[in-house]
Amino acid sequence: MSDMMDDMDGGEGVVKKFMFVNRKAPHGTVYALEGLEVVLISAAFDQDVSMVFTDDGVYELIKGMNTKGIEVKDFSKTYRALEGYDIEKLYVEKESMDARGLTEDDLIVDVTVLDSGEMASLMAEQDVVISF
Amino acid sequence: MKIGIMVSEGPYNHQASDTAYLFARTAIEKGHSVPRVFFYHDGVNNSTRLTEPPQDDRNVVNRWSKLAEDHGVDLVVCVAAGLRRGIKDDILAPGFRISGLGQLVEAGIQCDRLVTFGD
Repeated sequence: MSDMMDDMDGGEGVVKKFMFVNRKAPHGTVYALEGLEVVLISAAFDQDVSMVFTDDGVYELIKGMNTKGIEVKDFSKTYRALEGYDIEKLYVEKESMDARGLTEDDLIVDVTVLDSGEMASLMAEQDVVISF
Repeated sequence: MKIGIMVSEGPYNHQASDTAYLFARTAIEKGHSVPRVFFYHDGVNNSTRLTEPPQDDRNVVNRWSKLAEDHGVDLVVCVAAGLRRGIKDDILAPGFRISGLGQLVEAGIQCDRLVTFGD
């Protein structure tokens, strides 16, 4: 694929734990949308992928999104397609949900709710953490 | 150690690209290797040779190009993020190339560390 990477180990068959941490509201900046694009691509590499939603990132999963008024694409339904990409480990931080008055019923996908301590432990187990 | 880098912010507006460059240069000086820097989000704006900062300021784009020339660092600009922002092959500074997001994931797999710079 690229000459510059030839000095690196082939990487064939290597499975690493990738965690994508979503911290931003879905609209207002492009981080959430472009972050989701990376997650979808990562599915093609047969890695152990998980996603975390924390801080305003929990709003990315909110039900009943309507972006007509701001004239941008509503990509929230894409999160529902993640299962089809075998990306099924979705974690939300309890404190972030509580602070915003949200419960699991407000979200468009099934998630695992972890408190910040549990989240920290999970992050410590990862090989690669990319945050958006 | 092999260190991959992701830059998520544009030049001048944000310090991320400066810090990423200084980190990369220092890591190489200390004997590590930086096989690839991946430019994403507004970070793709670090790659255009149309950039022309005032004479008395640092040239963020040329600095990256020189790092690529001197140390073989692979400077990869995300195609999708680039197209959104008008970054195409014909305006790339030396040492940069346009490719897909797979190059970021690949760097994560193949490097010992992937270090990201941005908000």
